[in-house]
Amino acid sequence: MKTHPWLTTLIFCCALPVQAGGLSVARQQDLTHFVRQECGFCHGLKLTGGLGSSITAEALKNKPAETLIAAILHGIPGTAMPGWAPHLSEADTAWIVDELLKGFPE
Amino acid sequence: MTSPMGCDTRTKRGESASAPRPTRFRSLLTLLAALALTLPALVTHADELRGTGDLGLIIERAKGSIQLVDTTKRSLLQRVEGLGDTSHAAAVFSRDARYAYVFGRDGGLTKVDLLTGTIVKRVIQSGNSIGGAISQDGRWIAAANYVPGGVKLFDAETLEQVADIPAYSEETKALSRVVGLEDSFNNRFVFSLFDAGEIWIMDVSEDPRKPKLTKFKNIGNQPYDALITGDGRWYVAGLYGEDGVAVLDMWHPERGVKRALPDYGKGEQKLPVYKMPHLETWAVAGNLAFIPGVGRHEVVLVDIATWQKVGVIPVAGQPVFVMSDPTGRRLWVNFAFPHYDTVQVIDVESRAVMHTMHPGKAVLHMEFTPRGENVWVSVRDANRVDIYDTETFKKLGELPANAPSGIFFSSRAHRFGL
Repeated sequence: MKTHPWLTTLIFCCALPVQAGGLSVARQQDLTHFVRQECGFCHGLKLTGGLGSSITAEALKNKPAETLIAAILHGIPGTAMPGWAPHLSEADTAWIVDELLKGFPE
Repeated sequence: MTSPMGCDTRTKRGESASAPRPTRFRSLLTLLAALALTLPALVTHADELRGTGDLGLIIERAKGSIQLVDTTKRSLLQRVEGLGDTSHAAAVFSRDARYAYVFGRDGGLTKVDLLTGTIVKRVIQSGNSIGGAISQDGRWIAAANYVPGGVKLFDAETLEQVADIPAYSEETKALSRVVGLEDSFNNRFVFSLFDAGEIWIMDVSEDPRKPKLTKFKNIGNQPYDALITGDGRWYVAGLYGEDGVAVLDMWHPERGVKRALPDYGKGEQKLPVYKMPHLETWAVAGNLAFIPGVGRHEVVLVDIATWQKVGVIPVAGQPVFVMSDPTGRRLWVNFAFPHYDTVQVIDVESRAVMHTMHPGKAVLHMEFTPRGENVWVSVRDANRVDIYDTETFKKLGELPANAPSGIFFSSRAHRFGL
């Protein structure tokens, strides 16, 4: 599912709360494992940071959700953060960001 | 902490590797293992008179534990718990190969007795650590830290801290995260400052309480990992912030750090880099080094006499580890997400992939037995370590482990830079 980046952002600004709740429980479990393990390589299994920055709820509290969604999908140029768009849908990413901001599940 | 008689920290003793078996049977074994946990402590393997040359450990990434293993019997000896955050843990070994020093992500440094399966000593030496090394004479342990950025030196016997070296850069006027800490000859350590772009040599040969520092500045943008060749001579740091590598000749540090492989790195990559390759184990065979491509599905061949790229071998994904077996005849390669279910074997002579296997999701690490007749492969999501014959590629068995990552055998005790 490829959408233009600004359109993606626009969709999320409007639809975030609804979409975040729209994933199946199985998918949520997959994504929880995914974040802990794959993101954990750089951000730490406890998400408290390593070579990547800390992505705990406390560390992210002043970051807008749409910025975080864009960073996950498209990466952050000039840093080690790659874009995950080939492997995460926009709904997946919205759910991840929502959970990160609340304090990510174990 | 694990108590010496800690039967509750032990998996079923002496569980041997066996051929793959049906899930239901495995559940039964799990149940039996659980029952075994409730039995009183049995004698530990320290009660037998035995050597440690065929022992090792497997990091269990999610649980703060390690599994001690026997590579002759291909069996688990026991689990040791209480090592804190082992999500990115590494181990080095004492020169008598009896003790493992495990560096945890949470800054924990844990000394484990391989014979008794107990934690001898554990210190929390920083807030966030990436790894460490042991000195040539085996007396000093150095730990590399992100927070607070720097290196701490410990007495290998007691884990008493003997020196604290903040990685304060005079250029950036700030502390830097330390990466790529390696040991070299003449009791020197060498490491890189990620945030400051510097390489420092820390010489503990005279007074470990006041290590002599030699600093190399402007070595490149964001060194993120490094290796030292098996002879302790070449220290090579990979750069995140730009292409190329930084090379320091430990025979001639006075010649300074040189840049090499100008087109090695992310460059104008077409592929996102989901996991930066580990540099610690660049395979060197003869004059050739085989290094993981960054953002490319290839292994890069480098002539270390000239530090020039002399070729590439196409592979199944972005390599993470390119490991030479102890004979130097074959390379075993694993890959970053999403190709991390695959392992490929490269024939060095013909420079071609000769075998491809799919052990399962998330092959994180491989370790050869001391002379390389077997290789142990950790398969994280399958909670399994597979053991293969390196000649026939036949699977000899598998062992259960909880989210296994790094595998470290005691034969590392006698090698530089691991």
